Amino acid sequence: MAAVTALRSGCRTAGRLVCAHHVRSCSSIRFVKSKYVCVFDKSAFKFSRQQRLFRTSAVSCGQIVQFKLSDIGEGITEVTVKEWYIKEGDSVSQFDSICEVQSDKASVTITSRYDGIIRKLHYNLDEIAYVGKPLVDIEIDASKGVAPEEDVVETPAMSHEEHTHQEIKGHKTLATPAVRRLAMENNIKLSEVVGTGKDNRILKEDILNYLAKQTGAILPPSPKAEIIPPLPKSETVPTAPKDKARKIPVPVSRPVVFSGKDKTEPITGFHKAMVKTMSAALKIPHFGYCDEIDLTQLVQLREEMKPLAQIRGIKLSFMPFFIKAASLGLLQYPILNASLDESCQNVTYKASHNIGVAMDTEQGLIVPNVKNVQVCSIFEIASELNRLQALGSAGQLGTNDLTGGTFTLSNIGTIGGTYAKPVILPPEVAIGALGKIQILPRFNGKGEVFKAQIMNVSWSADHRIIDGATMARFSNLWKSYLENPASMLLDLK
Amino acid sequence: MVLQSSFKNCLQLSCILRTPKAGFRDAANGGLIIQSLSNDVYHNLAVEDWIHDHMNLENRQVLFLWRNSPAVVIGRHQNPWQECNLKLMRQKNIKLARRRSGGGTVYHDLGNINLTFFTTRKKYERMENLKLVVKALKALRPQLNIHVTDRYDILLDRQYKISGTAAKLGRTTAYHHCTLLCNADKFVLSDVLKSPYKGLKSNATPSVPASVKNLFEEDPSLTCEMLLDAIAEEYAMQHQIDHHITLINPTDETVLPGINNKSKELQTWEWIYGKTPKFSVSTCFNMVYKDSVLDVKVDMDVKHGRIETCNIDLPEQWLPPALCSELVKSLSGSKFCPTETTALSSTLLRMCPQDDELHSKWNLLCENMTMLM
Repeated sequence: MAAVTALRSGCRTAGRLVCAHHVRSCSSIRFVKSKYVCVFDKSAFKFSRQQRLFRTSAVSCGQIVQFKLSDIGEGITEVTVKEWYIKEGDSVSQFDSICEVQSDKASVTITSRYDGIIRKLHYNLDEIAYVGKPLVDIEIDASKGVAPEEDVVETPAMSHEEHTHQEIKGHKTLATPAVRRLAMENNIKLSEVVGTGKDNRILKEDILNYLAKQTGAILPPSPKAEIIPPLPKSETVPTAPKDKARKIPVPVSRPVVFSGKDKTEPITGFHKAMVKTMSAALKIPHFGYCDEIDLTQLVQLREEMKPLAQIRGIKLSFMPFFIKAASLGLLQYPILNASLDESCQNVTYKASHNIGVAMDTEQGLIVPNVKNVQVCSIFEIASELNRLQALGSAGQLGTNDLTGGTFTLSNIGTIGGTYAKPVILPPEVAIGALGKIQILPRFNGKGEVFKAQIMNVSWSADHRIIDGATMARFSNLWKSYLENPASMLLDLK
Repeated sequence: MVLQSSFKNCLQLSCILRTPKAGFRDAANGGLIIQSLSNDVYHNLAVEDWIHDHMNLENRQVLFLWRNSPAVVIGRHQNPWQECNLKLMRQKNIKLARRRSGGGTVYHDLGNINLTFFTTRKKYERMENLKLVVKALKALRPQLNIHVTDRYDILLDRQYKISGTAAKLGRTTAYHHCTLLCNADKFVLSDVLKSPYKGLKSNATPSVPASVKNLFEEDPSLTCEMLLDAIAEEYAMQHQIDHHITLINPTDETVLPGINNKSKELQTWEWIYGKTPKFSVSTCFNMVYKDSVLDVKVDMDVKHGRIETCNIDLPEQWLPPALCSELVKSLSGSKFCPTETTALSSTLLRMCPQDDELHSKWNLLCENMTMLM
């Protein structure tokens, strides 16, 4: 321990000794020595790197360099600027993409040669840019200097994304896209590299140092896809911070800092319309009514009907039954298929039962409806549902399919859940949410326990024109049709 | 197939032949020919991106052979509304992809082969590549009258275009790819590459239409496989490598780490439509309602694929002005997309007074608006 402490204090003054956190177990002196030699230059480099970093965080007022458009090849002298990836005032790193230019069917990504801040764009979009003439002016950080023309490390052109986070086995590793590419090209796992940048960010130097440590040079990737370090993996870099904490009496615990940024986007298009609809729905005084339905008989019936429908080319789910039973119920309680006008003066009883089915698509929640369910057979409802589902997943539902609904059912149970609190879609006055079908123990008439297929339903209705009793009676009727599907035969037209 | 004598090369080559998972990045010096196992246009474009971004091409060049199931591929800076019939493509389930290279719009199907030549930026040379293709075709069928134009097209009988070219240059690497029509469906091609959208004004790169012909029409014994093989053989000869084609699966993350993210990005709306340069739509259409015909004038500015400004000129009082302005306000900022517009307009209708006539007028107007997209 003492030896280590001595080393560490020596570190500060001499500036050339091994940084403490690279010292392994003290018991093996020989071990320490070899590591000492290996890491010797790296730590010195790191130290000076940290000093450099500290300096660069201060306000920089460096020189302005004119970055000229380099040779495109094939004797091309002029190109059209098609897209700027940066704007004046943005900071860029070496290899970040600056713009996209086009010349005669070739699209060229121009990347920055320097780290710095963009001070001037010499061309607007669709203007002609000339090879050899300035493209942008970059203010370079005085302390960093101008990067060499030919780069030792090959890192390819990059998009202009901000520093992205990468989840590797649950650890967030910070590294710029350019650094990431470098790591990937050399088959290095970022989780094994110690970052020396801000917030443990991995810098290009860290990758280079990691490589130098392993092989002494930057090699093309080996078929084995792993660069074998001189030490067994368990003792390499990731354990370093732990060692540090154990050996060094001086607390160096850095607080875990999450440097993700909030992202604000405007609400547009369909979502904006939904905001309006839902705000209006809020004005409707909702009341809820829930119940559980025993679908044991219906499950059996559907199993029998499925192959028959398949022969006719239709996929049969439970929804056609739910929809038809609802329509039969609406015949007895037409107030649930009505609409209240804006001034709440008149109630319109809709003749058609256009029952909407909530669908989850790429756009979000879409509610196409099956028209005139009161005159459709269960098979017809099933085939219409198939058509709507196919159009919905292709994003091709038409306005006719999406408008004119009078009553809605939402089968949220296909995703999950039991009870829900659905929101009525204006101008309708009622909605039902169906939970998932669960197998639960229930008592039958003889007091015996049996396996029942139970589904929960949650109704919401407009209390201005619908009362609890009406909703309860409608629900009971709907429930009786589904619990005993044969009873539907009596009332089918 | 003769393995090269040097031990180092031998080892590396055998690595590819026996252990595809080892990664083909370690190809023997000189060249590498790879062929995609997939016909998905997005996966294949992602492979191009991957090679461009991750492979070290200092000492070797790569030829990538691929074919796609029906798709329309537009150039980096093009406007899909200007270039193709999006409505027809949706109906026929033909995909739309935007590639990263420049150039014009092409139609791909399994009767078309795609060739991508990867080199370092310094060795980028399109004419040489196309001459290689012509040489290979002539070796296969000497009677073919084909030549390369200075626009980098390959013409058959000095008239018909059988190949188009595009290229992408990065900081250190570049690729040049071209199509080759063997036995593509010319009827679908011409239908799908005809834009029905009127009144578009844009600075996007326009395509130059050309008469096309399939090589199959010239010689019915030709198949895509034969063409691919002939070109691979010529490439192998010129680069002094084995005529061996490595097959790759463009969804295999072990060989191509990060490839699935690349193909996902190519499929996003933001890339395919959102990268369209700013354009404006200024058009009018007729609507037939009951017994009258109405003239409607529409002006829209679209930026990043979203409607920036929108103006609809309707006959006065046909629709309540409040409703009309509600529609216009909602369209601003919305995607220039029929699905989005339909969803938006049908949701807005819930807020309108419950009047059947009003509803049918609204639906009629919105349907016509979506026809523009």
